[in-house]
Amino acid sequence: MAGAVTRERREISPASNQRPFYAQFTPEQLKEALRRMCLIRRFEEGAEEAYMRGLIHGTMHLSIGQEASAVGATMALRKTDYITSTHRGHGHCIGKGADPKLMFAEFFGKEEGYCRGRGGSMHIADVESGNLGANGIVAGGIPIAVGAALAIKKQKRDDVALCFFGDGATNEGAFHEALNMASIWKLPVIFVCENNKYGMSVSTERSMAVANVADRASAYNMPGVIADGNRIEDVAEAVLTAIARAREGQGPTLVECKTYRTRGHSRSDRNRYRTKEEIEEWKLRDPIGHFETELVANGTATADEVAGIFAAADAEIAAGLEFAQNGTDPSPDEVTRDVYTSRIPA
Amino acid sequence: MNAPIRELTYAQAIQEALATAMEADERVFLMGEDIGVYGGAFQVTGDLVHRFGEDRVMDTPISELGAAGIAVGAALAGSRPVLEFQFSDFATLAMEQIVNQAAKMRFMLGGKVSVPLVMRLPSGSGTGAAAQHSQSLEAWLAHVPGLKVVQPSTPHDAKGLLLAAIDDPDPVMVFEHKLLYKMKGEVPEEAYRIPIGNAVVRREGRHVTIVATSIMVHRALEAAEVLAGEGIEAEVIDLRTLRPLDTATIIESVKKTTRLACVYEGVKTLGIGAEISALIAESEAFDYLDAPILRLGGVDSPIPYNPTLEKAAVPQTPGIIEQVRNLVKGRI
Repeated sequence: MAGAVTRERREISPASNQRPFYAQFTPEQLKEALRRMCLIRRFEEGAEEAYMRGLIHGTMHLSIGQEASAVGATMALRKTDYITSTHRGHGHCIGKGADPKLMFAEFFGKEEGYCRGRGGSMHIADVESGNLGANGIVAGGIPIAVGAALAIKKQKRDDVALCFFGDGATNEGAFHEALNMASIWKLPVIFVCENNKYGMSVSTERSMAVANVADRASAYNMPGVIADGNRIEDVAEAVLTAIARAREGQGPTLVECKTYRTRGHSRSDRNRYRTKEEIEEWKLRDPIGHFETELVANGTATADEVAGIFAAADAEIAAGLEFAQNGTDPSPDEVTRDVYTSRIPA
Repeated sequence: MNAPIRELTYAQAIQEALATAMEADERVFLMGEDIGVYGGAFQVTGDLVHRFGEDRVMDTPISELGAAGIAVGAALAGSRPVLEFQFSDFATLAMEQIVNQAAKMRFMLGGKVSVPLVMRLPSGSGTGAAAQHSQSLEAWLAHVPGLKVVQPSTPHDAKGLLLAAIDDPDPVMVFEHKLLYKMKGEVPEEAYRIPIGNAVVRREGRHVTIVATSIMVHRALEAAEVLAGEGIEAEVIDLRTLRPLDTATIIESVKKTTRLACVYEGVKTLGIGAEISALIAESEAFDYLDAPILRLGGVDSPIPYNPTLEKAAVPQTPGIIEQVRNLVKGRI
C-alpha cells in the first residue's frame, strides 16, 4: 500500500462539538462519513501507486486533501438525488456510494468497471447511485446538473441535483449560463465549487476578477456561501441548508468550499506554480486528520473504532485492486458497443 | 369520393409533430429562444405555448451552450427535451454539449444511460441572412459517432422524421431547411414515423443516380425532369438521414445506373459527397461505374450577402442539369 494518510492532530476548540453538524447526523452517519473519507484517500493512493507501477495507463486527477468537500456535500443526499462530477471526481463518486472495487476495475479498463472500461478515471459514473458521471470538460457537468434539476421539477419529485465543479469552471460560459437559468426557473440544484486555488497552474488571483467564487452568486440572485472546504462540518452544514432550500422549491445555492489539492493537477504536473511551503501548510490542515480527531474528542468514536475504520479501508482497497487486476478485458470486437442504444451496423 | 388530401406547410408539419408528441407523452417538452409567445423565429412552434403552457414550451435566455447542457441533463434524468436552435449556426455555441456530452455520454458510461434528446436546427442559405445565419453544418455533426442526423426535405418527412427522432433513445439532430418552411405538401393526420436511417428513391431512373439532401432533393428532381426530356433518366435518392447512412439504397442504385452525382448544400470539401463517393469507391458498385463520380456542393466560401453571389455559393438547378448532362452525355 501507499504511504500513510496524513493524520495531523489539531487542537479542538471546546465549542466544536456544539456545531449543528453533530446534531444533524447520527453517530453512525458521522462514522460512515469518516469511513468514506478514508476510503477516498486510500483509493487515490492505491490508484496512484498502481499508475506509478505501470498497471494503469492514461492519466488521473487526484483529490487528495479535498475529501471533506466530497463527503460533506454528499452525506445528506438520497440515492435518488443526482450528482454531476468533475475530472477530479473519485471522491464525489465514493461519497455518493460507489463501490471502490468497481471503480478500480474501471481504472484498469475492465468489463467489470462502472463504465465497462470505456470511460476510465475521467468519466467514471455510477448511475445506480445517482452519479451522472465525472466529466472531462471543465464546466461540462454544470448545465447537465441544471437539466437534471429541471427534469426533477417537471416530474414533481422532491429530489435535488448537486453539481461539483472547480474554481476554474467558474470562468467558463457554461457556469454563468447554467446558474442564470437555474435561478430564473428556481430549480432544485446545489452548486458546489471546490475552490482548490488553481485551475491547473493558474491561480484564482490571476484568473478571477472577484476574490471569491461565492461572490458570483449575487449576479444570479442566489445565496453564495463560503465554507472551509477542509472541514467536513463546515461543508455539510452549508450544503444541508442549500439542500433544504432546494427541496422546498426556493431554488439554487452556490456553496464555495475553499480547499487545496496536495497532489499536482495530473500526472504531468511538476508543481512549478506553487511553493513547497504552501503545500506543506495545507497538509497540516488535513481534512481526515481533523475529522478523526474531532470524532474521538467529542466521544462519537473511540480511538479503536477509528483505527478499525482505517484498517477496513486498507483491506477494502487491497481487495479492490486485486479484483480489478483479475477483471475481464473488453474484446476489440466490441469497440463500437454502446455508441448507440441499438447497434447500428457499420 | 376520396377524402380531400390535406396539405400542410413544412413548418406546420413540424408543429403538428411537436404537438402530437407532447400530447402522447408528458415527458416531452420544448426549449428554445423565442419559441413561446413569439412563436419561434420561423413560426414553427406558433401557438403551442397557449396549448401546452410555458412549462412545456420554454423560452430560454440567449444561452445556447447552457440550454444544450440542460437538455442533456433533462434527458439523462428521464425527460424528453426538444431543443430549437434559432439558426443552426448558433449550435456552434453549444458544440461542447452536443459533441462532448450528448454524443458520448452513453458510450463513456458503458451503456448505462441513454440521452433521448432532439435538437432542431434551421439551416441553409437563400434568405439573404449572410454568413452567420445561412450555414449547412449537418456534415459537422454527422461526423460525430453517437449522434444521429436527419434532414427532411418534405412536409411529410418533416413530421415523420421528427416523431421518429422524439421516440429515439439517442440524440437526434434534425436539420430543417429555412427555404422549405413554407413549402406545402400532403401530410397525413395520424402519428406516422419515418424510420431514421432510411433513404428513399424519389424518382426512378436508369442512367445516373443523384443522391441529394434537403432542398437539393427538389433541385435534383427539377433537373431530372428537364434531363428526362433529353433522354437522360436520372434516379433521385433523397438521403433523409446522414447518420446512420443508408448505404444499401445508394449502392444498389449505383449498380443499376452506373453513374453517381451527389448534390448537397454543405461545403463540398470534406462533405457528405466525399463520404458517399468513398462509399461507392469501397463497395462492389465501384466495378459498375461508367463515369467519374460528380460532387456538387457548396463552394469553399462563407455564404455571401449579395443575392447573386448567395445563389452562386450553392448548387442551383441549371448547374445540376448541366453537370449531370455532361456526366452522362454521349455515354448512354
